[in-house]
Amino acid sequence: MSSSIWIVRDYEKCTGCRRCELACSMAHENWMWPEASRIRVFMPFPGLEVPHLCAQCDNYPCVTSCPFKALSIDKNTTAVVVDREKCTSCGLCIKACPGTVPFLHPRDNKATICDLCGGNPECVKVCREADYNALRLVHERMNTNRKLFARNPIDVARYLASKIFGEKGKELID
Amino acid sequence: MPRGYAGKYLEVDLAKEKTTDINVPESVLQEYLGGRGLGVKILWDRIGERWSTIDPLGPENILLVLTGPMTGIYPGGRVCVTGKSPVSNGVVGSTASTEFAHELRTAGYDGIAITGRAIKPVYLFITEEGCQINDASHLWGKMGEETIKILNKEITIALLGRKPNVGLWKEPGIMYIGPAGENMVRNAAVMTKLCHACGYGGYGSVMGSKNLKAIVAKGRGPLPEVYAPEAVKLLWKSAHEYLISRDSFRRQGTGYGGFDTGNTMSSEPVRNWQEEWHDKKSFGGPMFETQFWVKKYWADFNCTTSCMKLACINSGRWKGDITDNPDYELEAYCGTNFDIYDPAVSIHLSALIDNLGHTGIGAPNAIGFAAELYQRGILSEEDIGFPLKWGDVEGFEKLAKMIAYRQGIGDILAEGTYRAAKKISEMKGVDCLKYAIHVKGIEVGAHGTRSDADFIAHNISYAVSVQGGDHTSVASDGYNELSGSVFTDSAVVCNFCPTPQNLMFDYLKAITGFPITIESWRRTNGPRIVTLQRTLLLLGGPDIIWEPLKDDENPQRFYEPLPSGPYKDKTTDKDLVRKRRAAYFETLGWDERGIPTTETLTKLNLADLEHSVKRLRS
Repeated sequence: MSSSIWIVRDYEKCTGCRRCELACSMAHENWMWPEASRIRVFMPFPGLEVPHLCAQCDNYPCVTSCPFKALSIDKNTTAVVVDREKCTSCGLCIKACPGTVPFLHPRDNKATICDLCGGNPECVKVCREADYNALRLVHERMNTNRKLFARNPIDVARYLASKIFGEKGKELID
Repeated sequence: MPRGYAGKYLEVDLAKEKTTDINVPESVLQEYLGGRGLGVKILWDRIGERWSTIDPLGPENILLVLTGPMTGIYPGGRVCVTGKSPVSNGVVGSTASTEFAHELRTAGYDGIAITGRAIKPVYLFITEEGCQINDASHLWGKMGEETIKILNKEITIALLGRKPNVGLWKEPGIMYIGPAGENMVRNAAVMTKLCHACGYGGYGSVMGSKNLKAIVAKGRGPLPEVYAPEAVKLLWKSAHEYLISRDSFRRQGTGYGGFDTGNTMSSEPVRNWQEEWHDKKSFGGPMFETQFWVKKYWADFNCTTSCMKLACINSGRWKGDITDNPDYELEAYCGTNFDIYDPAVSIHLSALIDNLGHTGIGAPNAIGFAAELYQRGILSEEDIGFPLKWGDVEGFEKLAKMIAYRQGIGDILAEGTYRAAKKISEMKGVDCLKYAIHVKGIEVGAHGTRSDADFIAHNISYAVSVQGGDHTSVASDGYNELSGSVFTDSAVVCNFCPTPQNLMFDYLKAITGFPITIESWRRTNGPRIVTLQRTLLLLGGPDIIWEPLKDDENPQRFYEPLPSGPYKDKTTDKDLVRKRRAAYFETLGWDERGIPTTETLTKLNLADLEHSVKRLRS
């Protein structure tokens, strides 16, 4: 298996500042647009902040699910690239993703997925600048663990809740 | 619509169950920006000369939930709740950091004006498709924690059902009240994010009076377009660089203050302000941090200050209690003020206060007041129902609940410290007002004036402030605070994300294009806002009307000598207060009693106030 860059997410360190969303949308939309950001911080309960973004699964279920071949893999970064011309907004990639990560863009309903900023992700930069380090860019061997990070943010928060709030955590998210 | 604004405001008439989109003229926005400034303007325009007769807890009061042009775009997104205050009978701009603010703006609204009273409990659900008035019977009576949990789930399900299916929706922003607000505890808070509160002003009780349990917003649009986007992006970077450089504040938050403020500055309430100094190292910041902070950097939208520290008690008697830090105000008011120096107890009581939807300063101030009356034998065990001894957590816990549900003596204390003091004085035939630590009804924040060592270093901080005892908006010289908190409350950003004022005004200009400078703001916009606030505060009513000069004073206790600590025997200088008060009035163009002159009203484009102000002058 080859090696590639990847964004490590450390949920406990996420402060919920959502500067990653602002940096991402400024890079991709040229303005602050939290819901168009390819990384989105969910908060099923205050204190349980879950940065949610593409984990680049080793077998790319989203890419294979697309009947219109709108999704492809960038050879350099291993990111999923969306061909917005080909996307028909069918939503199959969203269903195929084990973490329901892709979403339809609020402007035109085109599938929207993290492209790793071509190798130098803006979200990671601002998170590091603030010394929060909930996001880090690593270069490591492709492995099956990445896919395990592609999870529904509410499931992630459920685990996190017990770790952060102890037994009480179970009561906070149904 | 000018740049920096989503473009419209939402008007909700709860009695008629009717919602309308409204516009505010650009000229008004340029004069008042948003939040506190725009709030007081809207209130004056709509209520005007009827002010003194309007019951803040009646259907005719207008509850305003407002953002400003900088909200979400400048670091530290915040929302401002205002209206006629049931505590001061004036107008208090009461702000809290919350994702609700940018959710509202990205849903296309800069603010909400709510009138009338719903016949049964409701909540508002706002998206780009408009506003729904939803039934809230299932939420009524619920504590904060449960309210958030139910709404998050309910709204997520509702959004997933929308067509087309766009994938997952992030959770909405939620403002809500707890039992305290529902039962119209006069100083109750509007809560958000479990432990963040629009505390001063008592707008939680206004929500309760309207049968409004919560306001929920979820937007999917971009933040508003700005005048100079490239400049804003650069300023955004500079502002964050500046905030990130404040290392110790970021690390400690205000949660290190519980020991430090009392011990070093001697300005922390101890046993209802009988002292302001203590030496209890058990209450030190590191004791909170090491034992209870489960997230050492916790922030709100677009914030790198992260003064919030998520605290949770993970074992023992109070297992599962969650709050922030607690921040200094609650450490003090739910700690030293009760003669409690145990971090776990302070967290436990703070979490309870938050969950009940009490304001963390007002309710514990009233409880501390009651405890002093018990200490002095004015209130007996029979009056209260149990002995209310200093340091006794069960007693304070019980009383906090009794106030929230208006049971027994709690029903009197639910009127806030000042009104309770008046009532108990009558009942007992003893002057209790000297133990009530408030200014114009607003219970004073946890920063005393006597040592003159805290940031409240000007003696008139509370005495002449148009927001009374509010420590987030103190008066200083009639210039600085105008471009400080009066500005941040109107641009609606967090004043714990302050950058040099030049940068903040450049930021405002890049967002709005308005020709506003620090100088013009201090000369015109700022004075206009506080002059309006001052007028409405003095018009007051219907239950209390403040008397100029007599009520432009510190609590009586602030003139007693400090009994202990490094500043022992020091006290607030009465002469200096008089002199500074006179200077403050003069600077703002008010007469010697603090009533705006005709000339000032004309200069500030407030000539329509003249008729009402004339009454105050006589």
